[in-house]
Amino acid sequence: MNPDYRLYHPKWHRRRIPIFWWLGKRSYIRFIARELTSVFVAYCAVLLLLQTWMLGRGEAAYARFSEWLASPPLVGFHLLTLLAVVFHTVTWLGLAPTALVISVRGRRVPSRAVLLAHYAAWAVASGVVAWALLGGS
Amino acid sequence: MSRRSDEAGLWLSFSSGGMLAALLFPAIAFLFWIGPALGWTPSPAYDHLVGLVRHPLVRVLLFALISLSMFHWAHRFRYTLYDGLQLYHLNHLIAVVTYGLATVLSLVAGFVVVTV
Repeated sequence: MNPDYRLYHPKWHRRRIPIFWWLGKRSYIRFIARELTSVFVAYCAVLLLLQTWMLGRGEAAYARFSEWLASPPLVGFHLLTLLAVVFHTVTWLGLAPTALVISVRGRRVPSRAVLLAHYAAWAVASGVVAWALLGGS
Repeated sequence: MSRRSDEAGLWLSFSSGGMLAALLFPAIAFLFWIGPALGWTPSPAYDHLVGLVRHPLVRVLLFALISLSMFHWAHRFRYTLYDGLQLYHLNHLIAVVTYGLATVLSLVAGFVVVTV
């Protein structure tokens, strides 16, 4: 909750909650892990920006960048990154049926169909990325 | 910083960034940063990639993906700090740092995709 909204709340008694409250239950850990995938999303954005910048700096600079990308510790970290962004995708698309209530001729489209449509969009988007990246290789 | 009126726009960039990242980053991460390094997928050729990033549509998409992903992070991470670590007293500082970083990176991304 946005703390600004609390300004005008009456000062009722609140129990103090320990900082690591979310370690107590699996579903809480899952929730925090889901929220922390955003850190890996930001990392992907920064790395993609760096890569685009290196592309513009010429073939030699890009080759050095690719060599750096292939260093084992970084590849290990990128495997973790992939795991995190897939977790982001699965949890994000999983929310779609809750966020999107679509009606066709007055009847609600079943949430399974909304979910499947989103997974289909993911498959198509991944296919387009693969086609665009590997088309010239 | 967080009047109700700002909240809708921030939420919109959070959710569109979340969607773009969800649809595109798994494939990009695998085909760019893992597959070629481990020899699982071919390494995209340099000339091909340069041609790709200079395509007008790709420039727009790259900018949108990078910028909105950063705003997605800013919004989600901000609330994780509140709820997870209960840093309620640092409300404004956290908002300035997260959205500020997203704004700066968006400006850099705009410059890079236009000049690449």
